[in-house]
Amino acid sequence: MVTTPSRASATSTTPPAPSASHTPAAPTPSPGTAAPTALEAELCALAGSVPDPELPVLTLGELGVLRAVHVSGTGHVDVELTPTYTGCPAIEAMSADIEQVLREHGRDDVTVRTVLSPAWSTDDISAEGRRKLAEFGIAPPRPHAADGPVPLSLTVRCPHCGSTDTELLSRFSSTACKALRRCVDCREPFDHFKEL
Amino acid sequence: MTATPSTNTAATATAASASPPAPAPPAAALPLGDDALVLSHRLGEWAGHAPVLEEDVALANIALDLLGQARVLLSLVGDEDELAYLREERAFRNVQLVEQPNGDFAHTIARQLYFSVYQTLMYDRLARTVSPLAPLAAKAVKEVTYHQDHAEQWTLRLGDGTAESHERMQRGLDALWRFTGELFQPVTGLDLDWEALRAQWTATITAVIERATLTVPEGPRSGAWQAGAGREGLHTEPFGRMLAEMQHLHRSHPGASW
Repeated sequence: MVTTPSRASATSTTPPAPSASHTPAAPTPSPGTAAPTALEAELCALAGSVPDPELPVLTLGELGVLRAVHVSGTGHVDVELTPTYTGCPAIEAMSADIEQVLREHGRDDVTVRTVLSPAWSTDDISAEGRRKLAEFGIAPPRPHAADGPVPLSLTVRCPHCGSTDTELLSRFSSTACKALRRCVDCREPFDHFKEL
Repeated sequence: MTATPSTNTAATATAASASPPAPAPPAAALPLGDDALVLSHRLGEWAGHAPVLEEDVALANIALDLLGQARVLLSLVGDEDELAYLREERAFRNVQLVEQPNGDFAHTIARQLYFSVYQTLMYDRLARTVSPLAPLAAKAVKEVTYHQDHAEQWTLRLGDGTAESHERMQRGLDALWRFTGELFQPVTGLDLDWEALRAQWTATITAVIERATLTVPEGPRSGAWQAGAGREGLHTEPFGRMLAEMQHLHRSHPGASW
């Protein structure tokens, strides 16, 4: 729980709202509020362009963790960010990076809030994000409609040679969101972004 | 959890004066948060000591998931750092199962099996209730499903492995059995069908244990003098030593940060 003073002042974990079912992901405003203004859309694009601190090939927009940007009448910018995993340590770096980008564009009054509902899913990763992951050597998560993880016995394609003959080495890899696999054909180990 | 108290106090004071008084925290946030925090710390003790590198990473990842859940839950109650580092043993509301020492790897896997199955079933039910904890439960159930899968795979591998691994896995299951009864004591503020939860837990555990060629332990799952009082603040002897290690840095250097 590393919270530096500067981040502590700008990042707050709000108690999750009791109503759990919202429309999923995508940087759109919460239900019940007006459509984003041109300014909000612009700031949302800026915040969404920030690279993920652990997977810098992806932007936060492509990862699907940026939920909304609201600008109040006084010019205060409120950014809603959702973690991939509850304990994801990157969330603090993401918040700081978003603040910095917005500050560079003249927005000093920024609050980045962490929201949990609706829960992030690997389905929130964009098609472009999946393509970039594979290009980077990480097998992208498989889409899944139902809740819960996909059975691990389903095939994951090797991002290096494309073979479907791969095996699981460990359910947990360099970060909580990835599993470690090995390609039986080309023998290369690779990370697989686990379905969540 | 290294936020400086002065900063936190200032932030809290500002928030308090600017907004109306916050609603009372959900009563279940503390016991569930303590479960996650304490097990997270125990699993963290494996870092650098697990039998293979992959397990070092896996146990640390599971610990991190639990720590994330603990942070959200404890933050609903108060200052997460104060709650984690400045409470005395009797103020913790975790079940005694999660505070049990790691033992050998099989012992840790037995603890993981018992607890992750419970956590998965509990969060899954909680996610479908109308509760301030439902959003966290919906998020966390996806994480602990992987923890359960990890524990089940290892139970199968150790139980159906060598004579040595089989014997150790059975020993772990037996030793921790008496701490499992407490998991199904109703938690204040959680409107769940505890009997149904217990039945489903027992069915799941039994299926895994039998597939692993092991034996479901016999004997009481709680007793008058022993397991079952963690939710009231009564803990087993090793917990005090664990807390001493977990809290000493923060207590020795109040307000330190990096």
